[in-house]
Amino acid sequence: MDIAIFLIQVLNGVQYGFMLFLVASGLTLIFGVMGIINIAHGAFYMIGAYLAFWLTGVVGNFFLAIVLGIPLMVAIGYAIERLAITHLYHRDHLYQVLLTYGLILIFNETQKLLWGTGFHSVRVPAILAGSVPLTETLVYPHYRLFISVVCLAVAAGMYAVISRTKLGMMIRAGASNREMAQALGIDIGKVFAIVFSLGAALAGFSGMIGAPVSSVYPGMGDEILIVSFVVVVIGGIGSIKGAFVGAMLIGLADTFGRVLLPELAAMVVYSLMVMVLLWRPQGLFGRPA
Amino acid sequence: MTRSQSLAGLLCAAVLGLAVFPWFAGEFYIGLMIRIMILGIFAMSLDFLVGYTGLISFGHAAFFGLTGYILAIVTPESGPVTLWYALFMCLSGSAIAALAIGWVSVRTSGIYFIMITLAISQMFYYYFNESVELGSSDGIFIFHRPIVALGELTLIDLGDEFTLYYFVLVSLAGSYLALMMVLGSPFGKVIQGVRVNEARTRALGFATQRYKLVSFVISGTLAGYAGFLEATHTGFVSPATLGWHESGTILMIVILGGIGTLYGPVLGAFVMVFLQDKLQEFSELWLLMMGFFVVAVVLFLPHGIAGLIARLAGARPANGAEETGQDRKPAVPAKAGGAADGGGAE
Amino acid sequence: MTAPILRTEQLTKNFGAIFAVNVVSLDFAPGQVHAIIGPNGAGKTTLINLLSGDIQPSSGAITFKGHDITRASADRVSRLGVGRSYQKTNIFPDFTCEQNCWLGAQSRLPSSMRFLCAAARYRPVRERTQSALELCGLGHRGQAIARTLSHGEQRQLEIGMMLATEPELLLLDEPLAGMGSEDSAGVIALLKGLAKDHTLILIEHDMDAVFSIAEAMTVMVDGRVLASGTPEDIRNNSEVQDAYLGTGEDHE
Repeated sequence: MDIAIFLIQVLNGVQYGFMLFLVASGLTLIFGVMGIINIAHGAFYMIGAYLAFWLTGVVGNFFLAIVLGIPLMVAIGYAIERLAITHLYHRDHLYQVLLTYGLILIFNETQKLLWGTGFHSVRVPAILAGSVPLTETLVYPHYRLFISVVCLAVAAGMYAVISRTKLGMMIRAGASNREMAQALGIDIGKVFAIVFSLGAALAGFSGMIGAPVSSVYPGMGDEILIVSFVVVVIGGIGSIKGAFVGAMLIGLADTFGRVLLPELAAMVVYSLMVMVLLWRPQGLFGRPA
Repeated sequence: MTRSQSLAGLLCAAVLGLAVFPWFAGEFYIGLMIRIMILGIFAMSLDFLVGYTGLISFGHAAFFGLTGYILAIVTPESGPVTLWYALFMCLSGSAIAALAIGWVSVRTSGIYFIMITLAISQMFYYYFNESVELGSSDGIFIFHRPIVALGELTLIDLGDEFTLYYFVLVSLAGSYLALMMVLGSPFGKVIQGVRVNEARTRALGFATQRYKLVSFVISGTLAGYAGFLEATHTGFVSPATLGWHESGTILMIVILGGIGTLYGPVLGAFVMVFLQDKLQEFSELWLLMMGFFVVAVVLFLPHGIAGLIARLAGARPANGAEETGQDRKPAVPAKAGGAADGGGAE
Repeated sequence: MTAPILRTEQLTKNFGAIFAVNVVSLDFAPGQVHAIIGPNGAGKTTLINLLSGDIQPSSGAITFKGHDITRASADRVSRLGVGRSYQKTNIFPDFTCEQNCWLGAQSRLPSSMRFLCAAARYRPVRERTQSALELCGLGHRGQAIARTLSHGEQRQLEIGMMLATEPELLLLDEPLAGMGSEDSAGVIALLKGLAKDHTLILIEHDMDAVFSIAEAMTVMVDGRVLASGTPEDIRNNSEVQDAYLGTGEDHE
């Protein structure tokens, strides 16, 4: 493979990795801080994508749609937390899995009701529709670079919030010892609501910003959920750093896998997961058993 | 009459009822009942794993669908295969798969286990979905159902609905009895200890990983057997049979029926199949309603129908959990340090 | 001098920069009651966890009756003849007392990978279970659900579960934790009885109890051994008095 194609795959892999990171980090935070396994997390990604599609149609501008969409995602996440998730805090994982599975059915069917079962596309905004030339014949779309840059900014912002702010400190305290945090007067209910809404918003944002590239269709949430699980398992539950490393690994492995081994492409990701687990059952950055 | 005697009596009555059912029911309902009984076996296999060993698998459908494909592969276009051959291939296939999957997954615990079983079953799904020789997303037909033959004489033809019905009924009763026997054995005692307090069970002298793995293999093989029956019944298998919605549904059936009771999940299968059937007739939005139903069951009926019946019958709850409102879950975290698995954002 | 039944050599366990157990070398003589005392956070429970195989050491060695059990898993240690009871009651709450002791008794079978025969038919296991229940004073409470027991009875069950494994060496982590004086007297009597033909290593804060049964004592502070010897030596050791015992005032 020549250098330009290699570069394209690397860029694609990194971009996919970034989008995966946004979804997976929400998932791992929600489990790490709240102890909730939320298999409906992929639905937030899907909701984000459909919001981008719908809002762009309504307001005519993709960027405006995103600006409107983000607070909507936060609100949706908050509503779900208050209505459903709050009942799961003292429940066993089994019931968390089942209830969130029920939520998936509800989200998927509602989406089909509202927007049907077909594929929809979101047009790349004109300002980013160009491409960067890599060689005489190969180019790389501006929009994809835009995705990576934005996701990197979000990741940096998340790092700053978690390590530097008071909220971040409360999140980290809640993550390592819920009872102690509560005993120290931290309103753990509020922290949970914030964490869940942020997680949902991150996944939704990923869906929004990726919509022009991946199109918008039923079941897109299920797909990214499974891959996010693999990312979280590889990275280690509760670890943002692990989610990042895992997402990049999977992003690159999947992208190169599709190019080099098209028949086995789907298996590459799972094989990677199995290999990591055989070596470290708690993931790369997870707490050892 | 003690509680377990009444239960045994009720179960015998139910089996008798099922035995005479085909004489009164039409073809459609016979077919429906076969499906219910097969799902009942599938659900019992999962209850053995989740309700008695404490391992929550969200990928059990992998075994259910795998044997369907094995049956399709070993059955030639020309004619049927013998039952023994088909069973041997299917059961060893699912046992080997369970051993492999279990070996990778059982070393993890808690939430990792849930995610891994989900991911691995998806791996199976993608494999069969992409496989052109096996029909891709359309699935593959099984041309002839297995038979038991003596020379030229066909003794049992599983392609005959009537015969299949009784074969499945015997399988259902047999599976229940076999599982009950295993649960009462020394092995069964250990895995039930693992569910309640794995660390202590280990500290008392048991290599719990091995026991969990064996439990996983037993459960997966039985699920594979149910899948064999399903493929024999419908004559068809597709990737959807292995998908996570199938895994989610069967988990739902176990909870709906009553986790940790073995007979409860069979009840759950009964209710679920009828519910799905009626809802589908009623509205196109049946899957949406199913979603709300799932949420409602988790919130309001965590001990399932069996639990509800037990409470109505005024029986003392089996483990005191209903009084405290607690879930039937591991009482103590699986790790000696007591820390929850995972946790800790960086 | 007889060979020690259990020996640790420079046993260390650290969690990052925190050395919970810091280069501890101890010999435990067979048939003795050896008490480990010290302030909270001294590393006593961590030491017991290392001995029982519940956690793995960072460095050092542990030998039991000549076997190297440094890296042995908890189940292997148990099968070699070491029993363990926990400070924080670690029972099977949903099971009856009899069922709680059953698993320990069953673990002495050559193998529990038996699927076809009913467990209840194994007479040796039934007998071990029953005698463990009697020994710990719960012979009459066999069918009671463990979670309905009083705290004192649960602590008895905690010991009973361990006894069902018929151990040679008993590791007891605060067996009297949270008990009133009446219950304590019962458990102390039980321990004295066990001391006749078992080796006991016990962590306790109840100094009266400790001095009434211990034949050897070790004081730990901050992960290290401050002093080790006979109870008399320990009682009169000025460092120990400063760090922990005081000169006669009440503790805990």
